[in-house]
Amino acid sequence: MTVISTHKDPEALTMTFVAEFAAPVERVWQVWQDPRQLERWWGPPTWPATFERHEFTVGGASAYHMSGPEGEKYRGWWRVTALDAPTHLEFDDGFADDDGNPNPSMPATHIVVTLAPADSGTRMTSVTRFPTLAALEQLAGMGMEEGMRLAMGQIDDILTA
Amino acid sequence: MDRVFHGLADATRRDIVEQVLSREQSVSTLARRYDMSFAAVQKHVAVLERARLVTKQRRGREQIVRGNPDVLRRAVHLLDAYERIWRDRARAIDDILAEDIDTERTAQ
Repeated sequence: MTVISTHKDPEALTMTFVAEFAAPVERVWQVWQDPRQLERWWGPPTWPATFERHEFTVGGASAYHMSGPEGEKYRGWWRVTALDAPTHLEFDDGFADDDGNPNPSMPATHIVVTLAPADSGTRMTSVTRFPTLAALEQLAGMGMEEGMRLAMGQIDDILTA
Repeated sequence: MDRVFHGLADATRRDIVEQVLSREQSVSTLARRYDMSFAAVQKHVAVLERARLVTKQRRGREQIVRGNPDVLRRAVHLLDAYERIWRDRARAIDDILAEDIDTERTAQ
């Protein structure tokens, strides 16, 4: 895998990530389509995801949760807004309440994924769009909290070594 | 902060931010640039002011508009966190794809 480029547009509030994989387009599409493969990479390393539902079709809904290192659980949802197998996927991704319903107090992001053949195999481009800077602030805050926990965990490892 | 996206939703407003980030300009100079009425540009500037993307200062008979790079820098900093998330995801996808090759080797 090679990260080709990343681009942050602070005015449009988008983050574009481009990477290439040594596998055909149809194979890379499977890691999105198959919930058992998807859950192995969607969550951050210490927050594995479990997809309870994954309707991979336009208008389809997915339901998942991510489990934290201290037993915390975050529920999430997807709504597929466009899909053209095996090259194009668009969906909204947000947080859900305990019943799996979208949580209106948490912002959702819109993600556009494109797969294209490349010399090395497949070029995957993902564009994540945030609705507002406040939304980005709120979501990144959760990510940073996670980063802090990771750092603390590493300190613990050193102290107990 | 809530208003930043609204502030930038209009193409003219985005252009105003880019213009005044590189150098401060008067509302009347901006009005000439976009071939708009002074009042129309003033409205755009007011939206951007509320989003804290620009500041406005009276200087004699002119109103000078200036960009606020801090708010934009903050957005870039926050987007960095999302870049890290995608780097982790790409690595994990790569691990899954690498298993195909291992399986093929075992099968041979």
